[in-house]
Amino acid sequence: MSLLDVRDLTVAYGRQVAVKGVSFTVEQGEVVAVVGESGSGKTTTANAVIGLHPASSGEVLLNGVDIAGWSQRRLRSIRGHRIGLVPQDPSNSLNPVMKIGRQIGEILKIHKYGDRAGIRRRVIELLTRVGLDDPERRAGQYPHELSGGMRQRVLIAIAIALRPGLIIADEPTSALDVTVQRRILDLVDDLREEYGTAVLLVTHDLGVAAARADRLVVMKDGLIEESGGVREVLAAPASPYTRRLFQDAPALTARPFKSSDAAGEPAIVVRDLVKEFGSFRAVDGVSFEVRRGTTHALVGESGSGKTTTARIVTRFTEATSGEVVIGDDPVRPRDFRRRVQLVYQNPYGSLDPRQTVGAIIEEPLRNFRLGDRAARRARVRELLERVALPETLLGRRPAELSGGQRQRVAIARALAVEPEVVVLDEAVSALDVTVQAQILTLLEELQRDLGLTYLFISHDLAVVRQISHTVSVMNKGRIVESGTTQQIFDNPREDYTRELLAAVAEPVR
Amino acid sequence: MTKYLVKRAGQALLVLWAAFTAAYILLQAMPGDSILIKFQNPELGLSPEQIAKIREYYDAGGYLHTVLGFLHGDFGYSIDTGTPVVERLAEGLPETARLAACAFVLAVLLAVLIAFGSAYSGRLRGLLLAVPSLFVSVPVFWLGILLIQIFSFRLRLVPVIGGTELQQLVLPVLTLAVPISAPIAQVLARGIDQVLTQPFVPVVAAKGASRSWILWRHVARNALPPTLTVAGLVFGELIAGSVVTETVFGRNGIGRLTEQAVNAQDTPVLLAVVVVAATVFVLVNLLVDVLFPVLDPRLAT
Repeated sequence: MSLLDVRDLTVAYGRQVAVKGVSFTVEQGEVVAVVGESGSGKTTTANAVIGLHPASSGEVLLNGVDIAGWSQRRLRSIRGHRIGLVPQDPSNSLNPVMKIGRQIGEILKIHKYGDRAGIRRRVIELLTRVGLDDPERRAGQYPHELSGGMRQRVLIAIAIALRPGLIIADEPTSALDVTVQRRILDLVDDLREEYGTAVLLVTHDLGVAAARADRLVVMKDGLIEESGGVREVLAAPASPYTRRLFQDAPALTARPFKSSDAAGEPAIVVRDLVKEFGSFRAVDGVSFEVRRGTTHALVGESGSGKTTTARIVTRFTEATSGEVVIGDDPVRPRDFRRRVQLVYQNPYGSLDPRQTVGAIIEEPLRNFRLGDRAARRARVRELLERVALPETLLGRRPAELSGGQRQRVAIARALAVEPEVVVLDEAVSALDVTVQAQILTLLEELQRDLGLTYLFISHDLAVVRQISHTVSVMNKGRIVESGTTQQIFDNPREDYTRELLAAVAEPVR
Repeated sequence: MTKYLVKRAGQALLVLWAAFTAAYILLQAMPGDSILIKFQNPELGLSPEQIAKIREYYDAGGYLHTVLGFLHGDFGYSIDTGTPVVERLAEGLPETARLAACAFVLAVLLAVLIAFGSAYSGRLRGLLLAVPSLFVSVPVFWLGILLIQIFSFRLRLVPVIGGTELQQLVLPVLTLAVPISAPIAQVLARGIDQVLTQPFVPVVAAKGASRSWILWRHVARNALPPTLTVAGLVFGELIAGSVVTETVFGRNGIGRLTEQAVNAQDTPVLLAVVVVAATVFVLVNLLVDVLFPVLDPRLAT
């Protein structure tokens, strides 16, 4: 008998069916990864297993007992006790106005674990077990006093508090820095070995799934495309969709490095950049050069100063000292925006929801008074074609577009004034792998055709490896190492770079 | 934290001073003349010289003198009755305080009942959430008269005149509480809805917590701060509402005093009422601001 046996599970949101007859099993102590892109139904499946979303039909057998039809009241005895949950976003998954200790103790209290002193002892034990220093003090702190990684440890402590047979981990590390990500996944592995807990790992990150799971379930549009042992599926994916997914995942496919021997003139020169916020140095003496027509990546974890550097280069923030030279001559402030454009991470937030796609792309042209109405119209159509969007989208608004389409619109808007330099701040981080691959291809094409220079800000080393010619690794406001992409990946000199690389999945390393 | 408190207290004093000054200027600029209204009556037979003398007696000092007087607790003399304003306030204040306090507590209870009720039930939800809109659109004077009609004349549950103190209090409190509960209920219900969409709620549910556990132990405290702000703001309406309520129910109190003072253009009394009302309002909102960091530790830093 399997620990978890899901049979023909169907889940609907109103009339929309999100999961259409899914079957899979999880055995004692194994890790099963459910992978898929957004909208594939993987999170809905996980929620349906613990009854946070009711199943429309099908069975969820936990140790042979069907819990799919159970009432909420009955399910409460299982939640936390037999099935634990590690949620996606550690920053919002703890009650902001309740102390850490109480939030861990709560699960013990709900399931009547013991008296006050017993619960308190167990809380400290758990905090120690998940690797938090000074557990007594941590128990008395509020979530906002802890880092993202520490919060995720707290959430893991909650999930394992009653030693459930199954833990559902929904994108447990997606919001974390790569090095923290690795430590958290190591912790989950340790606990699994120690307690014999099975893990249902829901993730969009194929690298994580490949490295950590025993078996793989690939979902698409609410259906299971393929499932099987990780090695078997990776080695020989049976379904064409899985094959494409693996190909598109930068973490799974090692491509040849970009050569950067082109001895062109520099398009961006950054010298001794310093930015202080009060007494805190966010950027501390950063220098680099980017040759025209190439891509330079700034990689680092959150707080490394990469985004602040990008904001200074795009003149949205003023540097405390140091200089940035774009092209060969110092440019007038107004002309600056014609030469340097920014594409932002969040394609949902960076487009005005009230404007049509046509108006969004046209706006920079109107701001710089480029051409008359007819000429601008023609240019907008040309740009739309350039980023491979159909003309029918001209009258649509951002809410009617997919994430990938929105990012294409943002790129088209950036290209409208024919800039020399485009700064891409985590521009593909929020996209699904297949969409991400398409946008990366588009960016490469545009660079080749238009001779664009990219400054590519990212935390994702696998993507950086694929797109950039040269790389600077940032940590705590400083550049720790820089060189060609090949040098950085094949011969990292610094420990920090090695640590970052260690967190990337096997094939790319 | 201390810096924050000092800053907020300073702001409160500034607001008080501004309220005082604005009221002083407006009352001075008011057309009509309280002294003429009262003393020009031919039956009194006062000569213009005598009236001028009376005027001098009441007006003595001007703005600065009045400010200093207020700082010492000397609010001047009522033109209408000739008694010290402090005495007249002292008569009305306890009555109004009792009425306002009871009404406020009832309003909060009603609001909590409506907001949490709507968070529990699927079927009653729409109905419950319509209640605040109804409440807020009911005029106080009309509600008061309606309640007297129903409970006193039709059902004869509460005597119109006489009766115990409790009986006298029930209808005015209800009249005052109903419109004030509406905005509190609306903001609280919205706050609860908003907190329920936050990612930490399913995490608590995944611990095996019941709906009540989630609502009372997690959602309530998170939904409280905006509600508290609104509760502080509607406190001002309590004072305005008491004018109408006390008049309709024939109760003594600050509201009634205000009404009489307006009719007589009794400026010293009106100025004192404004200052007392402003002080209460400012203190309540200061309390709200001090409570904020206690409720949300993120604000304490």
